[in-house]
Parts: sequence; C-alpha cells; structure tokens
Amino acid sequence: MKVTFPHMGNMYICLKAVLTSLGVEVVVPPMPSKKTLTLGTQHSPEFACLPLKINMGNFIEAYEMGADTILMAGGVGPCRFGYYAQVQREILEDMGLKMKMVVLEPPQKHISELLIKIREVTGSSSWIDVVRAIRFGWHKARAVDEVEDVLHRIRPREYEPGRADVVYKKALKWIDDAHDRNELKDAISKARQELDAIPVDNGREVVRIGIVGEIYVMLEPFVNLEVEKQLGRLGVEVERSIYLSEWINDHLFMGLLKIKGSKEARKHAPPYVNHFVGGHGQETIGSTVLFANRNYDGVIQVQPFTCMPEIVAESIIPTVSRDLGIPTFCLIVDEHSGDAGVLTRLEAFVDLLARKKEKNTVKNTVLQSSEKKGEQVCADI
Amino acid sequence: MCGYLGIDVGSVSTNIVLLDEDERVCDSLYIRTQGQPINAVQKGLEYIRERIPEGMKIEGVGTTGSGRHLAGIIVGADSVKNEITSHAIAASSLVPGVQTVLEIGGQDSKIIILRNGVVADFAMNTVCAAGTGSFLDQQAARLNIPIEEFGDIALKAGNPVRIAGRCSVFAESDMIHKQQMGHNLPDILAGLCDALVRNYLNNVGKGKEILEPVIFQGGVAANIGIKQAFEKALGVEVIIPEHYDVMGAVGAAILARDAVRKTGTTSFRGFEVAEEMFEAASFECKDCPNLCEVIEIRDRKNILARWNDKCGKWSNAIAEKKKIS
Repeated sequence: MKVTFPHMGNMYICLKAVLTSLGVEVVVPPMPSKKTLTLGTQHSPEFACLPLKINMGNFIEAYEMGADTILMAGGVGPCRFGYYAQVQREILEDMGLKMKMVVLEPPQKHISELLIKIREVTGSSSWIDVVRAIRFGWHKARAVDEVEDVLHRIRPREYEPGRADVVYKKALKWIDDAHDRNELKDAISKARQELDAIPVDNGREVVRIGIVGEIYVMLEPFVNLEVEKQLGRLGVEVERSIYLSEWINDHLFMGLLKIKGSKEARKHAPPYVNHFVGGHGQETIGSTVLFANRNYDGVIQVQPFTCMPEIVAESIIPTVSRDLGIPTFCLIVDEHSGDAGVLTRLEAFVDLLARKKEKNTVKNTVLQSSEKKGEQVCADI
Repeated sequence: MCGYLGIDVGSVSTNIVLLDEDERVCDSLYIRTQGQPINAVQKGLEYIRERIPEGMKIEGVGTTGSGRHLAGIIVGADSVKNEITSHAIAASSLVPGVQTVLEIGGQDSKIIILRNGVVADFAMNTVCAAGTGSFLDQQAARLNIPIEEFGDIALKAGNPVRIAGRCSVFAESDMIHKQQMGHNLPDILAGLCDALVRNYLNNVGKGKEILEPVIFQGGVAANIGIKQAFEKALGVEVIIPEHYDVMGAVGAAILARDAVRKTGTTSFRGFEVAEEMFEAASFECKDCPNLCEVIEIRDRKNILARWNDKCGKWSNAIAEKKKIS
C-alpha cells in the first residue's frame, strides 16, 4: 500500500511524519504547479471551487508516482467540501485510476472515530504507536508554524528582500527530514539560529495586515498567488487567522488541546453572524473583529471563486469594517495564474493603509506635543 | 525650471504628461498602445521632447498602468506605482476636496473613495468587462456609429429603453431585440449608457458611500451620455476634470516629484531612450512543472530586467549581478 494525500500548504510535512513513523509507505505528490492545475481542471466539474481541482491534480500526479490509497479530509455543514472526497472517488473511478479513498471525517462524538479511520491505513500498528505517531506529527506542525511566524515578522524588515524565504525553504526541509523528537528539536534550533542571523531593520514602520477567509486558500500559497510573500515584499507584516496546528486541533482533535483556535473567533462573530453558515464564514467575521480589536491596520479576506460561506462573510465584512474602522479587502482566487491584477490591487490597498497610518501617527504626535503644552489643538485628520 | 514626466501605459492607450513645478499640466499626449508598450513609450517620448518649453529640465519620471514595470525599466523611472494610487493622487491634487472618484477606462473601471485627502476605500472591476469602455466601443461598432458621437446622440433620447447591463452578451441580444422592435437610435444609446452606469454602480460601486464632490475620469468620461446617466442615477453633480483622460499620468508625475524630493536625484535615462533598441523576449523555463514564461528586456548590450518567474531564479540573477558590479 502506497498512501498519498492532497496538499494544503505545509500539511504534507506533518502527515508524512505520522504515516512514515507507523511504517506506511508514503507518496507525497509534487508541490502544486501549473501542471497540477491543468490536470485538475481537465478532470473536474467546471463549477466546483478551486480546492477540488487542485486536489484532483494532486491525486493524479501521485497516481503517476505509484500511489494507490488516498487519505482525504471530509467535512460537515453547508460547505461543498464535505462532499468532495466522494466526487473525487467517482472521478478517479471514471478515469480508470484504481485508488482506494479513506475519508477522515471530523469526529462527531469521540476522537476514537478518527483513530479507527487512521488504522484503516496503518493496519496492524498498536494503539500506542498510533498515538505516538500522531503526537510526532503534531509537533512537526507546531514547528512549521513557529518558523512561519518568524518568517512573517522578518519579511517586511529584512535589508535584502528574499533572504528569509531562502532560509524558510531550508528550514522546512530540516523539519521534514527529522526522524525523531531529538532531530526535530535540532532542526528547530538550527532554523531559529539562521533566521535570527538575517539582518533586519527593527526600527522600520511596517503595516500590519490580518489574513482571514477560507482555510485551504489561506494555507496553500500556490492557490492564493503567494499573497503572504507579495505582502511581505511590500513591507507588510501578515498574520493568518489560523495556522496549520490550530486547524488540526480544531478539526481532527475536536479542539481537545488547549491552544488558540477557531472557538475564540466564533465567539467574536456575533452580532454580525450569530450562527454557523458553513465552512469558515463565521470565523472569517470573528477573526476580522479580533484583528480590529488588536489594532491591525487592515484585513484581507481570501476565498475561492463561488465559495458560499465566504460569500456570506464577504457581504457582512463591510459592516464590520465600518463599525470598527478597519479597512478590508477581498481577494477571490480561481484558475487565473496572471498575478499582475492581484498585485495592483494589493499594492493599492497597502498604499491606502500606509497613508492612513502615516496621517494617524502625525496626528498623534501633534496631539501629544500639544497636550504637554496644555493647548487645545484642532488636528486635521 | 524643472518638469516631471508621468507615463501611464494602459492596455488601450499610453498617456504621457509633462508637469511643471506647480503641478500644472504643460503638455499631454494620448497614443494607442496597440499591444506594443515599448514602441508607444518611445514614440511618446520623442514627441514630448520636441515640445518641452525652453529652459525646462526633466527632474523626474514616474510610471503607472498595467505596463508600468516595463516602462519603468525603459525610461529609468523614479517611481513605479499602481494606477489606483496614481488616479487618487491626481484627483485630489487637481480637484481639492474630492470625496469620490469614478474612473472608467478601456478595460477596467474603478471607484476610489477619498476622505480628507486620503484614500479610504477603493474597488476595481473583477472578472467582467461589461462596465468598461470596451463594452461601449463594441456596441458602437455594432451600431455603426463613431464612438466620439455616442454621447451626443444619446442626449437626444426622449425615452431611453431598458437594456440588461449585467453582461455584455445579454446586453447585445437585448439591444438587437429593441432595434428589431423599432426603437430609435438615441433611445437605444441612452439605454446603453444607463445599463453601463447601473452595472458599474452595482458591481464596482457596491456598498460604497458616494459623497460629493464626485469626479468622473478616464477615457469614457469623454462620453457626455454616461456623465448624464451618472447624474441621473446618483442625483448629484458629476464633475469632469480638465485632464480627465490622462489623470493616471498626472498622478505618476506627482509621485515622481515626491520620490525625487526624497532621494535628491532622478534615475531618468534621458530622451535618448527613444532611439535606443529594446528587445523584449520570453522563454519558458523548464526547470520545474510551473513552466514559467520568463520575460527578458535587453538593450543592445545588456539584459536590463527579467520577470514573471515564480521562484525568482531568473529575476534575482540580475539583481545579484548588480550587487557585485
């Protein structure tokens, strides 16, 4: 049995760790590329959203590399994603590609539901081994998130644009190559050292943008046209509303681990969205509120074209923006690979935020200096 | 006396503006890009060179529009900025106090909301060209009238017909239907204007607070019928600034001036670039399945720039060479 899975950002690192430490042979599909997209769109229904198409491309490319079993996530609620595993299974069957599809549905009642599914792939391993393997994968996810967090901070501040990205790529490789907890610890400290060695300008005034929206588009750089990197180059520090480890905890571990997760975001969605609208619609609104409360300069919502939950959120975001005074921007992605139009809009949005910030800083300093003198001042906003 | 050049390389037209120190437009030029941005820029520079007032020295040059990176490399631009920022800067400097900018060009349309002289919000058309100039161009061609007369004929309408504006395909079949029914030309043209404005306000202007003063710029602002349709739909006066068709270039020139004030010198390569040979070539990089189509600009001796590679291997190779030399 050769097991494969769809790509979603850096998730392959964590899944590969779990499966290989249980002795399962793993085929990691090639990183999504134009070829993946071409294969995927060719064999998918036209009206489906981009995640389904990229997944299909991943599966076909993995099949070419000898994979025969697919580990795919399921889902519940009004988002179409929950049905994608079944649609993909049928498409593969119609194409004559013999692959077994194991669907990991989010556990409804107890985490054992998940473990049973995982054992379908891992076979005879003991429960202790399975749990140990999952923990190892979990630690890798945390390591990846930690490196990414540092990367987001360095990108807008580095003197030589692009250096942090080179180190980041190497760091992912070290984390991926670690065979046990000790090697992983070494990889993390090595990554941290190299990242810290990058010369940065800490005095630089940077714009801070929060990224919210649909999880797959947020996590997969090929799909979101590398929005984080582009923003970093424009001098923006980004933070995503959700990171890989948080998603794993929320969706597969039933939020059992006590880390920041989507619960917090959902809590802040009312009064704008009072109930579940499918996918991450509610979290998108809640996270926008959270970013505004934390004085972020702006929020960018990303979504795949035709995504219902995010369309609901998109129509509510302007109200949040007006109420809390935080500028927002919506980026919708589909098959297009020309990123010039996207870059133009991102640049204009960043300009808007930077100028607003500049004016506010001037105003604040004027106010501060006049407060000292005890004069009344009419600041021009 | 010093002057600043602004160059806006758009999909349909390339505009060049010469600005003096007091932000007055000394000269402006509007040429068709015709898919050859390098040529258009060179032609424009040659033309402007002849008409520079005596004693004026070019102290800075800025580019904008979808061809801004290419143009920026060729002329040696001091600032390379997106068209939204450029349009906003031009509008707020030529019409002080403006709060809303409606802009409709050949292939894109945007709305910019300014408050207290700063961009507060903006939107740009996404997947659809129904609310842009090319839509009008197409329908005018179908009706066999020159686009320049479009607006004046539309003003003669007594009873504008209703035409579906959401999609240019729907609009066309709707229009043919109305023609066959026997409606007269002015009524149909006015209907088209209404349809375009409706589509623009529903699509681009969705949810935006449109406050006075409202200005309307971009190539389509030449069409008086559209101006009237906007005034009817919004219920406010719509101002068309004097240089409505070259506002992007004006903004680019202003941004160039600001950039030069910060750096102290201009990187303008001089009007000689109008005669230089530039060659743009592209090749497909086969090192990974992304198969990036890398674009390369060279003059007689050197490679000036490369871009469009996802991994940065080709574009960085040049940057690194610069560092060494």
